[in-house]
Amino acid sequence: MKQLLLSGCLLFCLLLVSTTWAQSESAPAAVDGLLQQLTEASLREVGSVVEQLERTGGESMRPLFETMLAGDLYYHRQTGALMAVDKNAEGDRIGRDVFSGADLGVQSRRDIKKIRVNNRLRGQLRDTLARLDLRHGSTAEQRAAVLAILDELTEQNMRLLQRVADTDVNGELRELIGLAEAMVQLRDSSDRVVRIAAIETMSGRLENPVRNQLRRVVNDERESDAAVKAAAQKALDRIDGRMAFFGSMEQLFFGLSLGSVLLLAGIGLAITFGVMGVINMAHGEMIMLGAYTTYVIQQLMPNAIEYSLLVAVPAAFLVSGSVGVAIERGVIRHLQGRPLETLLATFGISLILQQAVRSIFSPLNMQVVTPAWMSGSLQINPVFSITFNRFYILLFALAVFISLVMILKKSSLGLNVRAVSQNRNMAKAMGVRTELVDAMTFGLGSGIAGVAGVALSQLTNVGPNLGQSYIIDSFMVVVFGGVGNLLGTLVGGFSLGVANKFLEPATGAVLANIIVLLCLILFIQKRPKGLFPQRGRAAE
Amino acid sequence: MSAARKFWTSLFNLLTELRQPGRGSSWLVGILLITTIAMSAANLLLPADSPLYVSTYTITLMGKYLCFAMLAMAVDIIWGYCGILSLGHGAFFALGGYGMGMYLMRQIGDRGVYGNPDLPDFMVFLNWQELPWYWFGMDQFWFAVLMALAVPGLLAFVFGWLAFRSRVTGVYLSIMTQALTYALMLAFFRNEMGFGGNNGLTDFKDILGFDLQADGTRVALLLVTTLLLVIAFLSSRAIVQSRLGRVIVAVRDTEARARFLGYRTERYKVWLFVYSALIAAVAGMLYVPQVGIINPGEFSPLNSIEVVVWVAVGGRGTLYGAIVGALLVNYAKTRLTAIMPDAWLFALGALFVIVTVYLPSGLAGLLQRFGGQQNGKSASVEAERESSNKPSIGMREVNA
Repeated sequence: MKQLLLSGCLLFCLLLVSTTWAQSESAPAAVDGLLQQLTEASLREVGSVVEQLERTGGESMRPLFETMLAGDLYYHRQTGALMAVDKNAEGDRIGRDVFSGADLGVQSRRDIKKIRVNNRLRGQLRDTLARLDLRHGSTAEQRAAVLAILDELTEQNMRLLQRVADTDVNGELRELIGLAEAMVQLRDSSDRVVRIAAIETMSGRLENPVRNQLRRVVNDERESDAAVKAAAQKALDRIDGRMAFFGSMEQLFFGLSLGSVLLLAGIGLAITFGVMGVINMAHGEMIMLGAYTTYVIQQLMPNAIEYSLLVAVPAAFLVSGSVGVAIERGVIRHLQGRPLETLLATFGISLILQQAVRSIFSPLNMQVVTPAWMSGSLQINPVFSITFNRFYILLFALAVFISLVMILKKSSLGLNVRAVSQNRNMAKAMGVRTELVDAMTFGLGSGIAGVAGVALSQLTNVGPNLGQSYIIDSFMVVVFGGVGNLLGTLVGGFSLGVANKFLEPATGAVLANIIVLLCLILFIQKRPKGLFPQRGRAAE
Repeated sequence: MSAARKFWTSLFNLLTELRQPGRGSSWLVGILLITTIAMSAANLLLPADSPLYVSTYTITLMGKYLCFAMLAMAVDIIWGYCGILSLGHGAFFALGGYGMGMYLMRQIGDRGVYGNPDLPDFMVFLNWQELPWYWFGMDQFWFAVLMALAVPGLLAFVFGWLAFRSRVTGVYLSIMTQALTYALMLAFFRNEMGFGGNNGLTDFKDILGFDLQADGTRVALLLVTTLLLVIAFLSSRAIVQSRLGRVIVAVRDTEARARFLGYRTERYKVWLFVYSALIAAVAGMLYVPQVGIINPGEFSPLNSIEVVVWVAVGGRGTLYGAIVGALLVNYAKTRLTAIMPDAWLFALGALFVIVTVYLPSGLAGLLQRFGGQQNGKSASVEAERESSNKPSIGMREVNA
């Protein structure tokens, strides 16, 4: 985690380097001498040089430290100029000005010498960078820096933290610094009251170093103070309890996320199945078409990837929807009232669509880009984070669900659809154009499958087999929830998703899948019409 | 010119006779037996450069087709005669195949890559120390065959009992059968299952002491397959032509009415389902030694659904139709995948659509139409007409 944060900072800083530092052409003048020392110093001396550099150069030295930490810092044997050296694809060594990023051209191996770093130095560099972050970084960087410091609570670091605490006003940061102080007190203090108070502060915190320190206290044989030990044990239990809680929260989130995918995949099927009695085996391929539409849209607008999904949603709806209408007009219409035959015919169509995609695009998976606003995650605490893409898809699935309910309840199409699903002949007699309603229903169901494909393209690979892996699951959702019942699909989707994710840690993904399938098969024995069967005259 | 015409008329007469339950079926049995015996003789007795020589490859291919034909017949019995569209018969086929595969695996002995006399290669590879309990006894042919029948039979019984007792019908049942085979596929793909994971069982050496690669063994396997297909065909025909068969057709056409007349319809369905699963298992058992491999791919839902299209092409509700359909479609598949591999799925998909939309009773129905009405309508076609006139029960249930 720390690694990740650090590398994240690093990336961010590289970006900064390439933009801000582009103006200042070379190193700040005040540190020129120190930089020269860096090339001449022995490995042991480098540490103190780095310290001096930090004092005089401050934030401006950041690129230097980062290059050094990455092990890319070299100097020219003749001129003594420092440079960052990367290898390009051909294996040539390309020099780059550490501060301005300016290209210094290909360097011969003999001309340059690496400034060596050892582990001790790396640790020092990391500390230095963390301090820089603390002094000059954004709130998130400061936070990451304090977290990094929790691992290594030296006196120097603590002084720094206190200085920051005096200036900074951010409440969360202050809390973290208070935590660091408590950890130091627990470690260094000999006063029992102070130590127990420190443990009190630490208890319930989910940061890893806190837990490690408490565990050390509990397991330490030299620790003679029984009260402190007991308090530490209690705090540790509390932390473990909270961790278990947030762990299951995370599982719940993943379950809901899987459930939203199942909901999206199943809901279109629920419509066609419920209204027309048609099992659409090509439903998975409608999802696949939606995913491929996303791919094509991204190919068409490479400069506006951020907006591609917004375009892809209606586009996928149109593409899959019109294919659906074509299927209904071309095939399903001829198979009125023969559900098993429609099942076979639509299966044939699914094979054709799969092979068509394979022939047009290639059998390989396609790369769909995740826009920046969808990537990343919301870190709620150290053990629980919510990834944005899954979160957005969850919201999106709910939005699709609500708008579908609205269409069915409020629009005239919805009225006709409900009439046809309840009693086709009666609706016909009352002047409902059932054929048109069928085509529209099928188009709607397929269109929503396409929209589901857009969402899925953000989670899994986009390939010709995409649909197949979801078709059985979405059938299960529909059958579980009760056919023709949108609420049932909602409940079914989410409960299957959550059940799957909670089984997974105990059994592994494949076995969880199997167990859920078997339970469903057994469930259907008990309630053949699903969770929410339709009642009344229409039912039988 | 006239000779060709004569040939076509006689072929046509032959085919029209085929649709009569009694004589047509005997014709099919005769053709099957004579063809395979002739092929076997041509393979074993003729020199390889003779124009009439039949290669061992062809023999194996024919054996494979006949296994598929047996599987198709199993599906036809329950779909065509009882209206249960099983999209999971591949599961019984594959389970039978795994039973035989386990026996063949044990016959390898220490000739495997790792030379372990007890453990199959994949177990050695996975660092297993001893055979799992369910592998014991599989080195005995009779026991392996027993298990290869008992396991799918039991699975079919439990599944059928659960499903038919609670009156799961129509599309629901089809989806559940599909989910069943899908779950099994996921399970068999796991290495921990002890069935070779995604590589399945392969590298077989011999069966009952005979070398599997030898021409003689291949021919014998083909002959055994033909014989068992004929036996399965005759017994199935006996079932569907008996009183029992008429009850089954009654269940297919209007199950509620049959139930009201006092028949325990679910029992008929369960036992027919088990019978059909056993035939599928036998087909799988014969398939594995001829093809030389069994892997979890056999459980894939696509495979099971493909079987349904063989039956649909041949004409469901006619046992011979399933056999003819399986042979035709598989021959077409072999040819087409050799010429243009990409086109096969297009062709298969189109076949699904065309047959269901335009040829609901398959080639057999086509013969019926050309043959005129003088021989009376067979039960299947009549039921077909009836069900297309009014919304079927299944439809109403689905609508609910």
